[in-house]
Amino acid sequence: MATAQEIAAEEFSAVVTKHRPQIFRFLLSSTRDIELAETLTQECFLKAHRNWASFRGESSAMTWLMRIAINLQKDYWRNRRMQFWRQTRTNSVDLNEASEWLPSGESSAEQQMLAKERVGQVWKAVEGLSERQRTVFLLRYVEEQELSEIARQTGLSEGTVKAHLSRALGRVRAELGGRR
Amino acid sequence: MNPEQSREQDPEQDAELAQALGDFRVSLHAWSAAAYSGPRVMGVARKRVWRQAAGWALGCALVAGGVSAGGVYEHRQREMKIAAAQATAEHERQAAAQRAQLAREEEEDLLAKVDSEVSREVPSAMEPLAQLMAEDETR
Repeated sequence: MATAQEIAAEEFSAVVTKHRPQIFRFLLSSTRDIELAETLTQECFLKAHRNWASFRGESSAMTWLMRIAINLQKDYWRNRRMQFWRQTRTNSVDLNEASEWLPSGESSAEQQMLAKERVGQVWKAVEGLSERQRTVFLLRYVEEQELSEIARQTGLSEGTVKAHLSRALGRVRAELGGRR
Repeated sequence: MNPEQSREQDPEQDAELAQALGDFRVSLHAWSAAAYSGPRVMGVARKRVWRQAAGWALGCALVAGGVSAGGVYEHRQREMKIAAAQATAEHERQAAAQRAQLAREEEEDLLAKVDSEVSREVPSAMEPLAQLMAEDETR
């Protein structure tokens, strides 16, 4: 007969299997750095494992994990004081490389090229967003979360989430407008 | 909510924005899936290695430049110190020569003075005779 500890371990293992790819994707989009995203994902699940016993299921496991991931990437950006060295030392891929990832579903080479250009412009706009705007934008348009869920994950009110989203979209629109 | 705000929050009303956001999402999902499950794309990795190497090369060049600039500075400082020491020695040499010249002149003046005073002095025992000789000469 399995002990309570074994049951908890099994439950946690299932949570990791289910949510790890999404957490990694959010951290990758936040940092644009594969190695850093992997490290932060590991740290996220390590923290979650340590506190698994205290997780009461008041929110979904995903909400809880995403909250940890948001705090980790926030700490990462805030704790690196020397901006210049952060820029030079980081392994983050540049915007062109990040924009190269497109499935080959587009019908023509021209459409592929246009899609790459659009993705590059969105990346450029994302780069200019504040940490909160970026987080809210990525949760909404990459992770496709509802506003209420984003509010729970970020600890912001829905009104604040909407305001950040509105500013972020304004930036993206302005960036796309520059191309027209 | 006014129409402008509504438009800001609803990309569906802007076809190009909606398309761009869709492409962005699809692109990120593809990149993340590839990075999460499979081996890294060599092109990207190679570029990163190249960039790291370039970064190291630039760093080394900066350090080497700094070190050589430091060497040049030290060399210049040493040269300046030598020049200053030479100037001080020359100045001291000139001052010593001047002092020696002055001492020589003072000594010569003293000898001349002694000479003239000694030659004019007359012994006191012969003084009356000398006076008589002087009177005779006036007559």
